[in-house]
Amino acid sequence: MTSQLASQRVARRSSLRIFLMRPEVGSLIGALIVVVFFSVMAPSIRHPGSVSTVLYQSSTLGIMAVGVALLMIGGEFDLSAGVAVITSALAASMFAYQLGTNVWVGVGFALLVSLAIGAFNGWLLVRTGLPSFLVTLGTFLMLQGANLAVTRLVTGNVATNDISNMAGFNSARSIFASTFNVGGTDVSVSILWWLALVALGTWILLRTRVGNWIFAVGGNARSARAVGVPIVQTKVGLFMAVGLCAWISGMHQLFEYNTVQSGGGVGLELEYIVAAVVGGCLLTGGYGSVIGAAIGALIFGVVSQGVVYADWNPDWFKFFLGAMLLLATLVNMLVRHQVNRKQPA
Amino acid sequence: MTDASAVPAVVQLSNVSKYYGNICALSDINLTVRRGEVTCILGDNGAGKSTLIKIISGMHPHDAGVVRVHGKDIHFASPREALDFGIATVYQDLALVPLMSVWRNFFLGSEITTGMWPFRRLDVERMRRVADEELKNLGIDLPDIDAPIAQLSGGEMQVVAIARAIHFGAQVLILDEPTAALGVKQSGVVLKYIAAARDAGLGVIFISHNPHHAYLVGDHFAVLNLGRMELDAKRAELSIEQLVRHMAGGAELQALEHEMHR
Ligand SMILES: Nc1ncnc2c1ncn2[C@@H]1O[C@H](COP(=O)(O)OP(=O)(O)O)[C@@H](O)[C@H]1O
Ligand SMILES: [Mg+2]
Repeated sequence: MTSQLASQRVARRSSLRIFLMRPEVGSLIGALIVVVFFSVMAPSIRHPGSVSTVLYQSSTLGIMAVGVALLMIGGEFDLSAGVAVITSALAASMFAYQLGTNVWVGVGFALLVSLAIGAFNGWLLVRTGLPSFLVTLGTFLMLQGANLAVTRLVTGNVATNDISNMAGFNSARSIFASTFNVGGTDVSVSILWWLALVALGTWILLRTRVGNWIFAVGGNARSARAVGVPIVQTKVGLFMAVGLCAWISGMHQLFEYNTVQSGGGVGLELEYIVAAVVGGCLLTGGYGSVIGAAIGALIFGVVSQGVVYADWNPDWFKFFLGAMLLLATLVNMLVRHQVNRKQPA
Repeated sequence: MTDASAVPAVVQLSNVSKYYGNICALSDINLTVRRGEVTCILGDNGAGKSTLIKIISGMHPHDAGVVRVHGKDIHFASPREALDFGIATVYQDLALVPLMSVWRNFFLGSEITTGMWPFRRLDVERMRRVADEELKNLGIDLPDIDAPIAQLSGGEMQVVAIARAIHFGAQVLILDEPTAALGVKQSGVVLKYIAAARDAGLGVIFISHNPHHAYLVGDHFAVLNLGRMELDAKRAELSIEQLVRHMAGGAELQALEHEMHR
């Protein structure tokens, strides 16, 4: 009788604990704050058209944040993720243009390039044992340089040629960069890609063996190895997942703008990391959520557009983003500290 | 004694040596582990106890000598291979992932899935239920199987790791200093489960530097000193006093006793 009562009490308290233990708590509070704040300061952000723009902005960051969050939960960083998006777009564009093929051939080539970059990052990390911060700092610089150099070599210019007249462009554009109408508002297909990736990433993380391995290699790689988790494959696979996201993101940019600026992408890798950390991913790995990273990307979208609709100097955007990062991580830390204290036996 | 040696050896080491660079961590070790017995490996810090079990569990390769499992010469390339031979290890650091839930830790590396690829997914309900049952069988009743394992006490974590090894069909269970960080009461709990594993027919290798803990459950004692086997004796041939004396390095202890005598 008493033990039944006791277990009921434990069960009741744990439903609140279970909610508070979710990694997304800090980002939810942050999202609530920025949504309310900008709804008051810039009421026009509430119009359906503005909401669509906010979601679009969020999706451009959010697509990459899915891969970066999974990688961070697996215990690693990818500083090359920002320029890798440009590399993918450049690869597709120049391959198709120079060889005069259907653009879909270029799209396929870019996928191979992106996956290969991810595999190379992962392989280098595993083989050298160097921290991923260092390995991907190296590939970041290499890709940044190669993007500029190869583009100049091939096109004699800093940007690629317009591919909008080439065969296959329209079908590729409809897949990667079209808009569709929802109740009179134009919505970008990029948002669908984002939502689909978030759903897929969450499912993999929480409901598959690979997801279990991702948490384990990030939480304690030695323990994971000792019970037979394939840590090399898991880590290399995670870097390749970032590559896949970079490909999707790169294809969106290519078919949205028809040409690619070879110097782009620098600095975006930090914004992906910010989204993941705001969303509750531990910098040290082993803990986090893809949905949290999506909320982190949403905060980013709300702030970047909110500053515009409030008619402020866009410089304030970075300031807000930094403040959100601190606030959300502090909330995450405090909550986790409270909840994860050992209960007296 | 004769019927004990009639039980076939599961793991047998002959003249095994291991070097870390220039350091000779183990030299010329002979050891036989049988089913239904607790083999205790004792020794001071740095004696080579962890190194010895890392060879048996596939963490490190040996440099010389022969390791036989079920009579077969083996050179494990990874802990996974050792697991496939039925050798499970509960390391000093327990091989648990602190922020993961109890049931996810229990099944880590051997998850149960359901459905067809590409929809193959974790059978969450089944894993939670099995983990809960297996822990209850060992007398551990946790309020919340979804809680991060870091919230459990040290003794409870040991038992989760032991329960996991038994559940996955281990024939040899290796425990590296399971009682080192525990209080008296929790140590007792863990020793009880060591005896339970032995009675279930497993060959248990129990590493300790506490001869009193070892003598409570041990059938067979091996004392290491600076990488050499100093003593290899059956329980019947040894008293607890002799074991303590051997562990403290016999002659060294006598000298110390003499010095300290007031
Ligand atoms: N990975 C390693 N690299 C180099 N030396 C090691 C390593 N592991 C252990 N040693 C050395 O080998 C000896 C035996 O260590 P260990 O097996 O851990 O002893 P124990 O577990 O009995 O305390 C010690 O001198 C230790 O410093
Ligand atoms: Mg040791």
